[in-house]
Amino acid sequence: MKHQIIRKACSGILALGIAAAGQSVLAGGEVTVASWGGSYQAAQSKALFQPVAEAMGITIREESYKGIGQVRTKVAAGAVPWDIIDTGSGGGARGCAEDILIDLDYNMIDVSNFVTDTYLSCCVGTIVFATVPAWNTETYGMNGPKSWADFWDVDKFPGTRSIRGKMHGMLEPALMADGVPIGEVYNVLDSEAGINRALDKIRELKPHVAVWWGSGAQHAQLMKDGEVDMATGWNGRFDVAKADGAKVAYTYNGALQDYDCFAIPKGAPNAELAMKVIAEMSKAEHQANIPQYITYGPTNSDAYKTGKIDAALSKNLPSHPDNAKSMLPVNQEWYAKWEKKASEMYQDMMTE
Amino acid sequence: MKPQSVSSVGVNAKALRKDEQRERLLLFGLSFPALLIVLLVIVVPVGWLFWLSLFNDAGALSTYNYSRMLESKSYLRIFKTTFNVSFLTTLICVLIGYPLAYFLSQISRRWAALGLIAVLLPFWTSLLVRTYAWLVVLQRKGLVNQWGIELGWWETPLRLVHNLNGTLIGMAHIMLPFLVLPLYGSMRSIDFDYIKAAANLGANPTKAFWYVFFPLSLPGLLAGMTVVFVLCLGFFVTPAVLGGGKVIMVSMKIETLIDLFFNFGTASALGVVLLVLTLGVLFIAHKLVSLDKVLGSGDGV
Repeated sequence: MKHQIIRKACSGILALGIAAAGQSVLAGGEVTVASWGGSYQAAQSKALFQPVAEAMGITIREESYKGIGQVRTKVAAGAVPWDIIDTGSGGGARGCAEDILIDLDYNMIDVSNFVTDTYLSCCVGTIVFATVPAWNTETYGMNGPKSWADFWDVDKFPGTRSIRGKMHGMLEPALMADGVPIGEVYNVLDSEAGINRALDKIRELKPHVAVWWGSGAQHAQLMKDGEVDMATGWNGRFDVAKADGAKVAYTYNGALQDYDCFAIPKGAPNAELAMKVIAEMSKAEHQANIPQYITYGPTNSDAYKTGKIDAALSKNLPSHPDNAKSMLPVNQEWYAKWEKKASEMYQDMMTE
Repeated sequence: MKPQSVSSVGVNAKALRKDEQRERLLLFGLSFPALLIVLLVIVVPVGWLFWLSLFNDAGALSTYNYSRMLESKSYLRIFKTTFNVSFLTTLICVLIGYPLAYFLSQISRRWAALGLIAVLLPFWTSLLVRTYAWLVVLQRKGLVNQWGIELGWWETPLRLVHNLNGTLIGMAHIMLPFLVLPLYGSMRSIDFDYIKAAANLGANPTKAFWYVFFPLSLPGLLAGMTVVFVLCLGFFVTPAVLGGGKVIMVSMKIETLIDLFFNFGTASALGVVLLVLTLGVLFIAHKLVSLDKVLGSGDGV
């Protein structure tokens, strides 16, 4: 009996050892990426993660997450499950400032042909996206809202709205709807009174807000199900929903232009390999794949030279000069200064 | 003869006491692992939570996290919402669950078992799946609205979800078994001879029910209500998905505080206040009916 137990224990330990050895071989070639889920991550998977994994002979595991706040909690807890995260530029900037992301090695990652202001010391751009007003074409036909003022105009466009349950990308549209010229938005927002002005404009719309959305997958689904007649949201998600049968259209007029970037959290288990993976994903040939699956523009302008992005496709991207000229680039300095205060005020407004 | 017997009783008593001590030690030894786990995973973290809540943003000792809750109207509104939702969910569960449990307690045990399986069946599906399923059923172009409009019952889609309505429907669905099970147990153990006696003494069925059966089923009802109410207080997923951002409960505010502001102090304070209020509810329930019955199976008649 005793011998049997010992023998079993030994074989168990042996099995564990073999498993561990196998693991270590794999671990040399495995990174885990956390991104935003839904159609965006599905596109990333096909355009970036799978081709890059194949090109490098490694495994890229995917997870979904909710943004930099979760990274902060994981780093503080000393248990970081992700090697690479995809974050909005704002999250990236905060991550850099709070020292929870490691500095990227720009000798390894080539950003010489990147669009200006699409990378930070610890976060390198991957796509350019826009926060747009979208509408249900079944409700309004093709003559939907042409501006944020129209989005707010419930007399001209009666129907339900969905806006974000966080202040990010909500205060700027509110001010534009209130008549602030696009170039003045961040100046006006640079005080509590300015933030209150934006919040008052949102209070005005509140009775018509059917849903406060929490994720990109959600606002795409809301439009697809016809749950609301208008929604703010990220342009690419609406395009994918449309390709999937959703009756949705949007305008770039007054849209907020921003970018997503890749970063490595402090304490990532495979940080060294993650750096190489990011370098590979930043190459023009891979970045050029993304617009094939979702209408987000590359941050590496060489991607346009690969021949993968044709003229018709490029015209629909938020990074196209014709589209970009009517947009407001998101001002990260404002977010760094006001995010906490404005978020609190926004949350309070929501519970009113 | 006599002294001898006295001494033998004394010897027996000693042995009995020793036995008792040994048994108590044995029982303690057996429950020690569980107690240790409770200490490690509940008492220590809760204590730590309380400790964290005593520090302000700058890391100094202060009651700021608590005073802020009293000053800021939004916190009061969130607590109000939390209690409101919990109360209404409990009420709905009672209105649906009491007749159901009563019906199940009156039919043969075999049929009742089938009925109970139907009550328990939803437990086998993930809470998240059930919650999203309600979204599909209740939304503007969902099943209920489509049928209702096509049958001509109403013209404009009813707002059944992304608000308090949807939250209550989803939560009542999830909470119902927690009310029905203790209530059913309590009703089953009621001796039906009492009701027969009442009838014998001239009470009509309604009177017999309200004066005899209902009071006897109260312990089970209160037990179920307490469990439902307390579980509702800490609910997160269902109000987050079905509330459309309009039903903000304490647990959701805690998540925002950690995720958006990384503010463990205020989040902990909220947790502590919710815990204290929950214990308060349990205390009141205990005053009404013994806590053993509330937390036990509830069949205490």
